[in-house]
Amino acid sequence: MKNMKHKLKRNLMIGTAVTTIAAATVVSAQVSDATVSVKAMADALHLVMDSDRSVYTKKIVNRLVKKEKVIKASEHFEDEKALVLPAQMFRFGSELAAKRAEKLDDVNFSYTLQSLWPINKQNAPKTEAEKAGLKYVAENKGKNYYTTEKLGGVNYFTAVYADTGVAPVCVSCHNEHPDTPKKDFKIGDVMGGVVIRIPVED
Amino acid sequence: MNVSETSVKWILWIVLTTIAGIWLGYSMLSDSADKTIFMPGALSPGHHQLAEACDACHADAFGGGEVLQQSCVDCHGQDRVKPFDSHPAKKFKDPRNAELLESIDALKCVSCHTEHRVEITVKDGVTQPDDFCIHCHKDVADERPSHEGMGFDTCKDSGCHNFHNNRALYTDFLIKHLDEPPTMKEVVLPAKEYLSVIDEVVEYPRERYPLVSLEEKDIDAAERFDIKPEVKKDWLETAHSKSGVNCTACHVTKDAEGGENWDDHPEHTACASCHSVEVERFTEGKHGMRLKQGLSPMTPGKAMLPMKEDASHEMLTCSSCHGAHRFDVITAAVESCLACHDDDHSLAYQQSPHYELWQKEVSGEAEAGSGVSCASCHMPRISYDVSEWSSRIIVDHNQSANLSPNTKMVRSSCLHCHGLAFTLEALTDENMIKNNFTGKPAKHIKTMDLAGKENQRRLKSAAEDEDASMFGF
Repeated sequence: MKNMKHKLKRNLMIGTAVTTIAAATVVSAQVSDATVSVKAMADALHLVMDSDRSVYTKKIVNRLVKKEKVIKASEHFEDEKALVLPAQMFRFGSELAAKRAEKLDDVNFSYTLQSLWPINKQNAPKTEAEKAGLKYVAENKGKNYYTTEKLGGVNYFTAVYADTGVAPVCVSCHNEHPDTPKKDFKIGDVMGGVVIRIPVED
Repeated sequence: MNVSETSVKWILWIVLTTIAGIWLGYSMLSDSADKTIFMPGALSPGHHQLAEACDACHADAFGGGEVLQQSCVDCHGQDRVKPFDSHPAKKFKDPRNAELLESIDALKCVSCHTEHRVEITVKDGVTQPDDFCIHCHKDVADERPSHEGMGFDTCKDSGCHNFHNNRALYTDFLIKHLDEPPTMKEVVLPAKEYLSVIDEVVEYPRERYPLVSLEEKDIDAAERFDIKPEVKKDWLETAHSKSGVNCTACHVTKDAEGGENWDDHPEHTACASCHSVEVERFTEGKHGMRLKQGLSPMTPGKAMLPMKEDASHEMLTCSSCHGAHRFDVITAAVESCLACHDDDHSLAYQQSPHYELWQKEVSGEAEAGSGVSCASCHMPRISYDVSEWSSRIIVDHNQSANLSPNTKMVRSSCLHCHGLAFTLEALTDENMIKNNFTGKPAKHIKTMDLAGKENQRRLKSAAEDEDASMFGF
């Protein structure tokens, strides 16, 4: 009798352990197999980028440069001992993310800030998707542009999001810059776009 | 038994092949054997000192191009980021620039700097034809009309662009330096600051050697050493004794088991326990690069530049320039250099206005920082990131990092005292380089004229905008 009890206890323990392992396996399989669409991933990435960009522009650059007038922001921030411009902060983040992603096998994406009216000519659209996307988001306020394209033999899902002049500093700085091709931006205008690329299989 | 001639030849062939095989195999596999036999061509002037250290670049026998690329980055990676690289690898990793890589694969250093090809290697180790800029910038005049009609071979080395570092040349910087005189009124070079930042030097052995002034009675070398009076005098009169650095700080080294041993001739590694950045930079330049690879120290006899014959066998370590015990930075800044270097530029230094200023400073006639030694330009005091989070003024002991192309010297050296226009013209004038900058530059460089024109355009455009807004357009 004692022996049977012991056996039952042992079997129960084994059963519990097996069930726990099986359940844990299912949960971890669910976690690793869970997928989001490429579009949802791009949208989520953009939401984070755009929020960080807004915080930097409003709470750091606009506050310290315009409101409290304690420091300048300059594209030559090292020489001028100044804050980096919001567009540069965005680019540096993009470059760091690209560098860190190289070390992660399943993380692969890139993003850039571009404009049809770029101060730095290297930020003008280059690919057909970029040209069409930037035009689309400028003409269709509130809408994003999604497409696929092939670059250097790789297929990409490419998403373009409008980048809007939210603060007076965005507009005044772009209008007054010696290299600007457009001098009549107003607050709320689409001034450029964020292009996010995620490689996809054929 | 008669052995036929053919058999003798066969036997001879087998014996010779076996001997050659053993010799080549030993050369290949032994750490100490000379491997230059396997070299496919001579090394460029930048790497010629490392001929005995194949594995400095060929770090892994089983890797491909990525192994070589990593070796380039291990030694030169920092120069591709700081002070500023206008063609960094990250720019070309962006998929939108993929098509640019079809012309020149800018992700690989060897695309422009191929080794073992001295017959096509030009200045700065470049192995590309002169027209390499045109692959990506043929439409430059659309963006910059001032560049209309300029020849493909005029981009670099004419006081204008260079591929990796354009810091001295961006338009706003040029405009800021328009109308400067050849020599500024107040000229003082950056001052030393090691003592004031010593708290931040993590590796400093402050517990064992507190920052207090020491006297003769404090000497901690064992009594069995009969210290020469001049050694004592040198130490007592200079910074080490005044900062608590006793004999054992340099002369006692730890072995693998942690035991302490007295070392009569401390190497650069002993200096590194307090001066790690300086030593690290020294081993990255041409004076110390052999030490970094575990080879014997560089000697002037191995150099490609003209050197004094009687210095041929001088071993380059910290003490060969600084001298032991006195560590005289005045000697290290001029006399130590001239004890070996024997080219026109070096020989002309003591007849130059720079040397005149140096003599005045050394004699106390002029203030500190007003003289110009060899080191003022070639080992300048620069603000250097000693960690990711802090920077301090160091003497950059990697003189190669500040040498070629010589526009690298514009900010770190020349601009402390000279206007930008004069600087660019002087640095492109071969004669002035030869005579160590005595006289005036003979050539006029258009760089500043272009910046002046751009400035006029900007002022005009700003004035028009102001008029337009006044009248409500």
